[in-house]
Amino acid sequence: MPIRSKIRTGGALAFCFVSLASPSFGADPRVHRIGVDKLAFGTAPGGLHVNDIVEWTNSDILRHTATATDGSFDVDLPAGATGRTILKRAGGVTYVCRFHPGMKGRLEVAP
Amino acid sequence: MFHISSILKISVLTAAVCFAAASAMAQNTDQSTEKPTDPQIADIAYTADQIDIAAANLALEKTKTRAVRSFADEMVRDHEAVSKKVLALLDKLNVKPEDNDTSKSLVDSASEKQVELLQLSGAAFDKAYAANEVAYHQTVIAALEKTLIPDAQNGELKSLLQTGLKLFQEHQKHAEHLVSELK
Repeated sequence: MPIRSKIRTGGALAFCFVSLASPSFGADPRVHRIGVDKLAFGTAPGGLHVNDIVEWTNSDILRHTATATDGSFDVDLPAGATGRTILKRAGGVTYVCRFHPGMKGRLEVAP
Repeated sequence: MFHISSILKISVLTAAVCFAAASAMAQNTDQSTEKPTDPQIADIAYTADQIDIAAANLALEKTKTRAVRSFADEMVRDHEAVSKKVLALLDKLNVKPEDNDTSKSLVDSASEKQVELLQLSGAAFDKAYAANEVAYHQTVIAALEKTLIPDAQNGELKSLLQTGLKLFQEHQKHAEHLVSELK
């Protein structure tokens, strides 16, 4: 019996730990990462919400930007650099690289 | 002087890349034709970048048109970044770029074009520069697709050339847009 209750306690503690660590717990802003390489933006992550952060990492050898076509953000991304923006509005937003307009991405932001 | 001689290289580069593309096609039927080696491919890629930088520097000296300046700035920034990577890769692999007929002909045709451009000014210069950028990028794209990328042996060089191809394609679209803006 003592052994069983120890196991139960341990199980309950482990459950608590998982819940606290889970990103779905609470409404804290999350960071969503998008890679940039070979003149292309990586796939946009799903599950974006207002106040979340989007972080681009430019692994390309060229300087790029992540520039919203509606003017809501303009992130400079020199080669090797990381840049972020906070999502302020719900809805869809298309972004491009100002230097290479053929590079396009889109974020779908839920409230 | 570097500018001028390099710009002079532009037209030559065009011709050379055409030559490279043509010899690449010839290789399909004639197995005896020698493929370019990695040091030669690196030299061609570096030369192609330098020619476009030289042309852009000439444009920055001559033009007063904002769209042309902005295009030329982009060419300098991007092609300097690629050139630097080509040199760094050669250094890492401990090989030296090797001069070759393709690089030479690129330089020769670029030189001719540069002489032409030097004699122009104002709107005539802008139009000639933009039109040449379209043609030049098309030529380099063909060479990258048909010869340089398929023949490159080293994986890092191949990958760098693939980025170069995407860059030249992006620049070509931009150059076409510039041509239509200047009409």
